[in-house]
Amino acid sequence: MLYREVGQFRTSYEADSGIFPIRQDRIAMLAVLAVAFVILPLVASPYLFSAILIPFLILSLAAIGLNILTGYAGQLSLGAAAFMAVGAFASYNFVLRVPGIPVLAAFVGGGLMAALVGIVFGLPSLRIRGFYLAVATLAAQFFILWALTKIGWFTNYNSSGVITAQPIVIFGFHFDTPRSKYLVVLAIVSVMALAAKNMARGNIGRQWMAVRDMDIAAEVIGIRPMRAKLYAFAVSSFYCGVAGALFAYSYLGTVEPEAYSLDLSFRILFMIIIGGMGTVLGGFLGSAFIVILPIVLSVTVQALDRTLHLSIPTSVASNLEIMVFGALIIFFLVVEPHGLARIWQISKEKLRLWPFPH
Amino acid sequence: MKRWLTALIGAAVIAGASAAAAQNEQFIPILSYRVGPYAAGGSGYFGGAIDYFTLVNLNGGINGVKLVWQECETEYNASRGVECYERLKTLHGGATTVEPLSTGIAYGLFERVANDKIPMTTNGYGLAIAADGRVFPWVFPLGTTYWDQAAAMIAFLGQKVGGDANLKGKKIAFLYHDSAYGKEPIPVLDAFAAQKGFELTKIALIPPGNTQESQWLQVRQLRPDYVILWGYGVMNPTALKTAAKFGFPRDHIIGVWWAGSEEDVIPAGDAAKGYITAAFSAHGTNFPVMQDIVKKVYGTGKGNLEDKARIGSIYHTRGVTYAIMITEAIRRAQDQFGKGKRMTPEQVRWGLEHLDLSEARLKQLGAFGLFPPVKTSCADHEGSGMVKFEQWDGNNFKQLTPYMAGDRAMIRKMVEDGAAKYAAEKKITPRDCAKEG
Repeated sequence: MLYREVGQFRTSYEADSGIFPIRQDRIAMLAVLAVAFVILPLVASPYLFSAILIPFLILSLAAIGLNILTGYAGQLSLGAAAFMAVGAFASYNFVLRVPGIPVLAAFVGGGLMAALVGIVFGLPSLRIRGFYLAVATLAAQFFILWALTKIGWFTNYNSSGVITAQPIVIFGFHFDTPRSKYLVVLAIVSVMALAAKNMARGNIGRQWMAVRDMDIAAEVIGIRPMRAKLYAFAVSSFYCGVAGALFAYSYLGTVEPEAYSLDLSFRILFMIIIGGMGTVLGGFLGSAFIVILPIVLSVTVQALDRTLHLSIPTSVASNLEIMVFGALIIFFLVVEPHGLARIWQISKEKLRLWPFPH
Repeated sequence: MKRWLTALIGAAVIAGASAAAAQNEQFIPILSYRVGPYAAGGSGYFGGAIDYFTLVNLNGGINGVKLVWQECETEYNASRGVECYERLKTLHGGATTVEPLSTGIAYGLFERVANDKIPMTTNGYGLAIAADGRVFPWVFPLGTTYWDQAAAMIAFLGQKVGGDANLKGKKIAFLYHDSAYGKEPIPVLDAFAAQKGFELTKIALIPPGNTQESQWLQVRQLRPDYVILWGYGVMNPTALKTAAKFGFPRDHIIGVWWAGSEEDVIPAGDAAKGYITAAFSAHGTNFPVMQDIVKKVYGTGKGNLEDKARIGSIYHTRGVTYAIMITEAIRRAQDQFGKGKRMTPEQVRWGLEHLDLSEARLKQLGAFGLFPPVKTSCADHEGSGMVKFEQWDGNNFKQLTPYMAGDRAMIRKMVEDGAAKYAAEKKITPRDCAKEG
């Protein structure tokens, strides 16, 4: 009833091909943005910003990046965290070595460096695919972290091999509180998510999907798979690079290459599998699932323990969280193998017909 | 929609987190890890810390101020650790001090603790240059850093070969965990190699390091006099087993203290016999304080370890060591700012900077010999620099040397140079310790 589009007529091609053709969706999106940009900054606590929202948004961005490569273009990659590391270390070096460079330009520079590295490691994708490509990108993961540890120049010869992100200053304003850092991250993520959505709907997105579905057929209809694949690697790595830079600058502060370990690559891959391959929304949903759900579980177990006086030993509680989390992953994948985004889409379709499904 | 969800969850978190602060309580957040590959270390260490805090409370607290703590599972993961810190720091009226026992989490908290003005300890790990309290006012690598440990190892090897002069021309292989952790002592070892005239060969072990044939082949071709093993986790028993396979004598392998727990040698079986390791604290239950923990804490069923056989194990006593230092820092702060009162984090930091655990004080605490005397100051956040060496005999770690230090003057100079460079890069003005009490 609420979600009925009766009476909404689209009279131009622009309106018909908009991101949100249904009015309720546009209103909902505006409401979400209003909450994120206006209401949350007014009411949320520093804890919520610096421990939950910032990592959630940053990893959403990384997941969108990986989704471009794996979900849209069909190239399985295990190197997302390594490209994040390239972005972070490159941004650090841009700020350190280029006097007077604005920090946003350094983020873009970090993203571009990651894109370059991504293209290099994307070259094998022209000849190999599937699991074999995954192994090739695994090499990127190991090689990049090895190089960042090995070559002192990247860390400005820090004796511990770590970098400490410089303060974020944009137009003379210091973004040093959790709230202001959140707003920076939110603005960047919003713009880039919109760009990803438009790329995916446009010419290049269609090329990616054609290559994903069958690259020979794509070639036959005039798509150059090499260009499409390398473009996907570049764009995906750019997204991961910017996410990595934000991870260092607005979240962890001081980072070692180890922070971008294979474990993080796997987590990002799980985000898009659980969230939904080939959707932008899936990046956000998957990131929420992987980042926020364990924290909610942990808080819930502790709260239950306190209110019901169960006195669960902490080691049991910790293991319990992991078991419930694992069970939930299996549950969602069994219920809908195409991810949370697909569940959302199906429920939307049902809502459009409700209460009189044919 | 997804952000609505976030907001809802956030609200739930806040509601769950708002607990009333009690006046006569000192809150200590415990960022523990009891699941995952490092669970053995995390459960032993934080179990030991909680056992000692329990003992302090059973004995009436610190001048009547009870310690309260809450655990949060970090899984040894930087993001989870940061979340735990942010969640716990405001509970019970605010955190006193924090100890993540993880290099990655410690890095994530570096700026946060400085902004929040909460002292962080990194006992036996982390940045060595943080020992310079003028540049790092909120970080305390209490006891001994990696750099002092490396210096002590060279001093120990000097003793073994019959004097430092005999180190000239000797060959030492440095097998290290290929990460920031493994690379930390390299500047120190390089400096000593130049000074003492030994030949240092660095061989990287790629984490996790469960195959090391090529590296030990290299060792066999090199024929070093000693091997320094700077590993972590499964890498350590593998190194010992592979050394045995290649016939390298284990009593010529010196391990870092994170390669020196029961969990590191027992899986290697007989191959570990004779292996020597550094240690920043003792182990066993022979100390009066450990006896108290066995009797009063475990005797009344309040002990934290599930496996009683682990009482007095190396990780457990390390946790007790940490807890004693924190408790004494709070006590020291109370002496200065008012006995029986709750201390603010700033006051506890003052206590950490004026810690004076002399032999006499350690005897009073029943912890004499458990760890070396510690005396910190505004400029020196380390306070000891002493290490001892132990040898695994197949069943137990036997003490080889008493607590000893390497060339501390040289290390201190390197720490100050490194800290000054850090301060210049970060545009920090170091504190003037002459102006502070």
